Amino acid sequence: MIKELLIIAISSALISNVVLSQFYGLCPFLGVSKQLKTAAGMGLAVIFVITLSSLVSSVIYIYILDKLGLGYLKTIVFILVIACLVQFVEMYLKKKIPSLYQALGVYLPLITTNCAVLGTALTNVQNYGTEKHAILFGVMNGFATSFGFFISICILAGIREKIDRNNIPKAFRGMPIVLVTAGLMAIAFCGFSGLL
Amino acid sequence: MANEKKESLGKGIVKTFTNGLIFENPTFVLMLGMCPTLAVTSSAINGMGMGLTTMVVLTLSNIIISLLRNVIPAKVRIPAYIVIIASFVTIVGQFLEAYLPALNASLGMFIPLIVVNCIILGRAESFASKNNFILSAFDGIGMGLGFTCALTIIGLVRELLGAHKMFGYSLTEIATNIGANGLADWFSKQTPIAIFVMAPGAFFVLAALCAILNNIKNKKDSAGIPNKLLSGCSSEHDCSSCSQRGGCHSAFYDTKAKNQPISKMGEEAKNND
Repeated sequence: MIKELLIIAISSALISNVVLSQFYGLCPFLGVSKQLKTAAGMGLAVIFVITLSSLVSSVIYIYILDKLGLGYLKTIVFILVIACLVQFVEMYLKKKIPSLYQALGVYLPLITTNCAVLGTALTNVQNYGTEKHAILFGVMNGFATSFGFFISICILAGIREKIDRNNIPKAFRGMPIVLVTAGLMAIAFCGFSGLL
Repeated sequence: MANEKKESLGKGIVKTFTNGLIFENPTFVLMLGMCPTLAVTSSAINGMGMGLTTMVVLTLSNIIISLLRNVIPAKVRIPAYIVIIASFVTIVGQFLEAYLPALNASLGMFIPLIVVNCIILGRAESFASKNNFILSAFDGIGMGLGFTCALTIIGLVRELLGAHKMFGYSLTEIATNIGANGLADWFSKQTPIAIFVMAPGAFFVLAALCAILNNIKNKKDSAGIPNKLLSGCSSEHDCSSCSQRGGCHSAFYDTKAKNQPISKMGEEAKNND
């Protein structure tokens, strides 16, 4: 049981990294990685939302959709659930934990469109379905996946802060050099594939 | 009078169609929908399949949203659009699962993820909600074909470099079939650069394409030709973050306050450039 959880954690966070090998959530990865501080904020918000939405979507799938035989509606249901969840989390944080809201608040609305959230929810359902510990595995997978996102966006932001001080060929300024950096990071992450 | 109207509609159709296909190509110019662009282009066939699937969903959702544009209240339009798009994605997904299981398996999770593809919601918001359904349909077809072409080109480049194949046929085979035996010999001795069909290759190919486009833009700038404001990046939704930064989240939110951080990011980017 613990061994299985560990395997899920390592393979989702490092081996099949959510951005660098699965290509989920590229928009915030490329868009909000200009500074390390904002990148870390985005990463934390993503960890928070994906872990929570993994829990909620697994529960909804197992106890409602699967019971009623409505599994094919999962895409529609999950995207609406995620959108509502993000709204509720935002409202709750604003009212109850203003300090956390200050830190994560601006990133929360951006996360609804992050395909990593929907992707993780759907992957959980596909991999674990309705088996015995599906909810636990789903939450673990969600946390590990989003932690992988946190790692990679922080690394990219750190590199971009350094890149800004260098003299880059004019055509490669902006997006292209970021993509090259991401490609080199993806090669580095390929090295984890022998880990398990 | 009626004839004149018909003619202008015809012109409008041609204009929206070429606009989506070339001038505002969603991948190369607007830089929307990057996740599927990178993920499914390990071969030209996959890229084409993904592009055509997206095109079908985009066209159908554009038509329905355009027909319902006066019925949907402005405040709940985004959730309404998402439900419409998600319904079509589900239908198309079921269809692919039944009739094209091989394509369905190779595209995998990226079929349901068409729901969160920026292109579809972006076109719903910036085109279909303002134009009649005929124009919206052609906008969907044009944008969809533009996306398909882009994905096929990227897929073809990756396939050629990474596996020495074109649309699934190996170059050695093709050379033998056209009778160029010397060429076939040469190809069979070469080792493909396998990294191009793996994940990192996607980033490198896209980086090269962006660099080429940047170069064209720079040349235009130095020649004094101003860049047009794109219809997808209208000022009211401030998508400066989407074309330059690769994100299009602002399309989801219409209040100024929530747009603030994105627009600031856009300014920051402009200042740094």
